[in-house]
Amino acid sequence: MAIDKRVASAAEALGGVADGAVVLLSGFGGAGFANVLVRALAEMPLRDLTLVVNSATHPLSQTHLLIERGMVRKVVCSAARGRGKELSVFEQLFKQGRIELECLPQGTLAEKIRAGGAGIPAFYTPVGFGTDLTKGRETRTYNGREHVLEEAITGDLALIRADRADRYGNLTFRFTQQNFGPSMATAAKLAVAEVRVAEDTPIAQPEVQLPGVYVDRFLVVD
Amino acid sequence: MSNLKPLNRFQMAWRAAQDIQDGMLVNLGLGIPVLASDYLPAGRDVFIQSENGIIGAGPEAAADSADPDLVDAGSRRVTLRAGASIVNSADSFAMIRGGHIDVTILGCFEVAENGDMANWDSRVPDKGPLVGGAMDLAACARSVWVIMEHNTRGGGARLLRRCTLPLTAVSCVDRIYTDIAVLSVGASGFVVHEILDGMERDALQARTGAPIAFAPDCQPLVAPPIEVPG
Repeated sequence: MAIDKRVASAAEALGGVADGAVVLLSGFGGAGFANVLVRALAEMPLRDLTLVVNSATHPLSQTHLLIERGMVRKVVCSAARGRGKELSVFEQLFKQGRIELECLPQGTLAEKIRAGGAGIPAFYTPVGFGTDLTKGRETRTYNGREHVLEEAITGDLALIRADRADRYGNLTFRFTQQNFGPSMATAAKLAVAEVRVAEDTPIAQPEVQLPGVYVDRFLVVD
Repeated sequence: MSNLKPLNRFQMAWRAAQDIQDGMLVNLGLGIPVLASDYLPAGRDVFIQSENGIIGAGPEAAADSADPDLVDAGSRRVTLRAGASIVNSADSFAMIRGGHIDVTILGCFEVAENGDMANWDSRVPDKGPLVGGAMDLAACARSVWVIMEHNTRGGGARLLRRCTLPLTAVSCVDRIYTDIAVLSVGASGFVVHEILDGMERDALQARTGAPIAFAPDCQPLVAPPIEVPG
């Protein structure tokens, strides 16, 4: 049967997601958040999710919906601070000991995901050596410099946002929309994209920014 | 107390910007550092890298042309300069970790005399952590410059023998631009290259929490008047 990765509804896009899933959410600074899919995920009766997301508290993301509905057991991120003096939902739950947090340097987070999709189980990086974020970590000296061992991240589900898709799942992104999306798609068992436009004809090869082989389903959103 | 006027935050950004050279790839942190791009000497050809993947970020976009898909590390809607390109986050941090950033200029809380830097956790009770790309940049940029007030609001020293706040990276800071001095971090500690015009050397030492040496060619620190808006 001819390949066609387009799905008709958010329910179809998220079919098969189960309790305890590790969910990778793209987005940075307002660009690349798959907010339609995240809102749909928040309507599902799911528990004990682990979220891997750059920021747990960005005001333009919908990540807070998953957190405030008690669906999340743990967040892996580089930023978990709400704006202003008021505590964010994440901060309130964290203070009460009701949610776990793993805070990582952003580049280490990005590389752990990239490694997960690239078949590298762990790597050494100089970033974070000698800081509270890498206490107790295995270290090794290369070129006279201390490095810490970081393990790869893989996920059950990646939700990413792109601009255009063709039926093969090939994607293009607008400007800084890509951020964590391409590597998250490679690291998840099920990669779902929400896109602005589905192209009737294949996207021309030089324009493809993420090969469709990494994308399992896509949903057109307005 | 004297009536010496310290640099305001825009003048501190101006002073750091004067040291950015043609052809450099520069990453500017949130807060005061990002202001430095407004004060580059005329004609200086520089690429500004933003950790979310922009190589060649331009000024903030006008409200009527701002694009929500074109943002910088501070979530500001920005523009692109000629010759700009954009990569994904993993590639952006490969660029940072790989030592391809010539200079990063970062805001900071404390610097130790061995170059240790603390800029990410000021221990605000109950607030969640926010490290972002600070550790990657501090550990891996070829040169790390810091812009910060010389002292805390309470008058405490920020330049110290050892940092008291959680570290961002060890032995990483090369230069420090404060409101009263320009310093470097050498093999035996802080070296002053510029001191606020008219300030006594003993007065600068008294406001610094570690011994300072003065470079043989130490100059007065002066900046053009720049008003702080509203």
